[in-house]
Amino acid sequence: MKFLDSSIVKVGVEVGDAEEAIHAAGQLLVQEGLAEESYIEAMKNAYRKNGPYFVLAPHIAIPHARPEDGVNEASVSLIQLKEPVVFGHAMNDPVRLVFGLGASSSDEHLILLQKLTGLLNNPDNVNKLLEATKEEEIKTILEMGN
Amino acid sequence: MLKILTVCGLGQGTSLILKMNVEQVLNEKGIQADVEHTDVSAASSMQADYIITSNELSESLVGHSAKVFIVNNYFDMDEIKSAIEENIN
Repeated sequence: MKFLDSSIVKVGVEVGDAEEAIHAAGQLLVQEGLAEESYIEAMKNAYRKNGPYFVLAPHIAIPHARPEDGVNEASVSLIQLKEPVVFGHAMNDPVRLVFGLGASSSDEHLILLQKLTGLLNNPDNVNKLLEATKEEEIKTILEMGN
Repeated sequence: MLKILTVCGLGQGTSLILKMNVEQVLNEKGIQADVEHTDVSAASSMQADYIITSNELSESLVGHSAKVFIVNNYFDMDEIKSAIEENIN
């Protein structure tokens, strides 16, 4: 289980559109062996098919697909975008924080979502994540929160 | 017992996040309910008293026998609390 470990967090990423943002968040999982390339495609397909419903709060998107789409280990990555990107959500656009969720069918999946919910239910944490300029700062926010 | 569904596109991630926060509000308010998370296509054929979902997906649930209501910010406990107070009696 990997929850926002420093190898899967990136700050100030530049992308052109929502699909590139999803790709970047998924790429961190793939690069660390937590998911396969097929999972990135599945995340993008889910966006095309079901729309931007996973933009769960202002600035925050949590793209994901199904465990069987190619997840090796339950995991959450984070891409903080340099410039906000429109996903097409009526209320919560534009997005700057993209959490790539490697969904698994294990108990770890529930634990990861509890950790993520605990982090994002606190607006102070969200503001700090938006304002961070270095990966180190994200690490500090996570340590303070736990 | 009240039956509530939280619904997202795949039934894997975001509906589970909503379920956690909805259960927290229900506990605080002392409302007993069975909350289940699922995907939007399964939800269409499931029985429930209430369905909570995003604006985007609510359109797919028009005509469901359950009362469908919307939460825009899944991490805003105040919004979830008011939505529940307005819609669940």
